Amino acid sequence: MIPNAFDYIKAGSIEEAIQLMQESDGEGKFLAGGHSLVPLMKFRLTNPGKLIDISSIQELKGIRQEGNRLIVGALTTHKQLYSDALVKENIAVLADTARTIGDMQIRNRGTVGGNLAHADSAADLPGVALALEALMEVQGEDGKEVIDIDGFFLGPLVTALPETSVLTSISFLIPPSHTKSVYLKYAHPASGYAVVGVCAIAGVGEDGRIDFVRIGINGVADVAYRATTVEQALLGELPTAESIQRAAALAAEEGEIGNDLFASEQYRRNLATVYTERALSRILL
Amino acid sequence: MTCKKNISLSVNGVTRQAEIEPRLLLAHLLRDELNLTGTHIGCDTSQCGACTVMVDGDVVKSCTVLAVQADGKEVTTVEGLGDMEQLHPIQQGFWEKHGLQCGFCTPGVMISMIGLLKENPNPTEEEIRDALEGVICRCTGYQFIVSAVQHAAQLIAEGNAVKETTMSTGEGR
Ligand SMILES: Cc1cc2nc3c(=O)[nH]c(=O)nc-3n(C[C@H](O)[C@H](O)[C@H](O)COP(=O)(O)OP(=O)(O)OC[C@H]3O[C@@H](n4cnc5c(N)ncnc54)[C@H](O)[C@@H]3O)c2cc1C
Ligand code: FES
Ligand code: FES
Repeated sequence: MIPNAFDYIKAGSIEEAIQLMQESDGEGKFLAGGHSLVPLMKFRLTNPGKLIDISSIQELKGIRQEGNRLIVGALTTHKQLYSDALVKENIAVLADTARTIGDMQIRNRGTVGGNLAHADSAADLPGVALALEALMEVQGEDGKEVIDIDGFFLGPLVTALPETSVLTSISFLIPPSHTKSVYLKYAHPASGYAVVGVCAIAGVGEDGRIDFVRIGINGVADVAYRATTVEQALLGELPTAESIQRAAALAAEEGEIGNDLFASEQYRRNLATVYTERALSRILL
Repeated sequence: MTCKKNISLSVNGVTRQAEIEPRLLLAHLLRDELNLTGTHIGCDTSQCGACTVMVDGDVVKSCTVLAVQADGKEVTTVEGLGDMEQLHPIQQGFWEKHGLQCGFCTPGVMISMIGLLKENPNPTEEEIRDALEGVICRCTGYQFIVSAVQHAAQLIAEGNAVKETTMSTGEGR
């Protein structure tokens, strides 16, 4: 399969990338690892007139810690993410999740920024990013801004990222040290993408009650979402099989649950509940 | 009309130049322009891994990389491994342990397994099967591929051991 013809240009800096995008009159698309974009272009599901390659912009690379957050450059590959000592030590669930993406070859090329900017609910990073209260650091025509992950995913493959803006880095919360976390995925048997993926982070205070809980769910709904009703149902509760089951039953509440040939809406709702229950049991019981 | 691009890359240690359309995939550059037909194309969905090559030491699916993205990079294909006189340990492993039947998947499988062995010189069976996720073989049922990779790992370890002893005893200088 061969994409439609397009022009290609490499941007040397973030400013240049933004300018090239402005000049492209809506024809342009940024190219990072190309592992979501190129497959779509091969099927001619998208036909940009110009690709602006941002993959060699140094400022978009690197991982560093700032207080209780890790700042991950948008161009960090999935492989770099799960191999990085800072990530493994501080946010193990982020490393573990990156390790479940696609296969070895995909993880060598695909980037964290591309994964989130692509906003495919079946991808693995959106749920974890929601649970880790990600802040999307963006640079555009009017300078820098930060977009909260809660308002970032607007629809399937649609984000709040302005068309001429570059996602420069993503800031992830380092969960409090008394918490545990897990990402559980039921992968589509053919594609390997998530039919459901649940990232749960939770901890129990000195009084034995749950005092911290974050749940991000991808795959089942058109847009990945944070399951705040489940979180609220658990806060202040004792971590028991019953309290977890009661809360997990609310896992599909906040999502616009999808429906396709492989998985009906009812089946997806059930998957969300079952995987949320399993994830919470894994870290709380 | 879109502009063609001039690119220059190293393929199996040889510098190659080409004037190409940006939409040309790396797999097609290798096969159609450079006549390196050992890199195969087995699917349209980036799933089969028959097209796997190394770019700057990382294993990637060349059907999902634009040739322009490989500009200035070092590419290794199956033709760059060994020859009949001197097989690469991974080729030796596949040869001795019957790691192939029709052979269509083999170039991509061998390159991707070099990627595994670079990271993990002594993988368990489970780790080998996990790393095979990115390739599809319709013939072997994977068992002989696993044996071939284990054998290759052993050959590489033995080779390194020989190198170390010759270095420390000063033999072969
Ligand atoms: C066979 C296969 C299997 C896969 N399996 C999985 C899986 O199991 N789980 C999973 O999560 N993913 C999977 N993926 C997707 C993979 O993770 C992608 O690499 C990733 O989603 C996109 O990253 P990229 O760098 O390749 O982005 P690209 O394809 O380069 O870009 C994707 C989109 O994001 C935009 N973009 C990229 N970077 C930026 C930026 N910095 N600023 C603004 N816009 C930007 C681009 O313009 C484009 O619209 C799979 C891909 C393939 C081919
Ligand atoms: S041809 Fe590249 S993955 Fe199938
Ligand atoms: S040997 Fe035939 S596909 Fe693998």
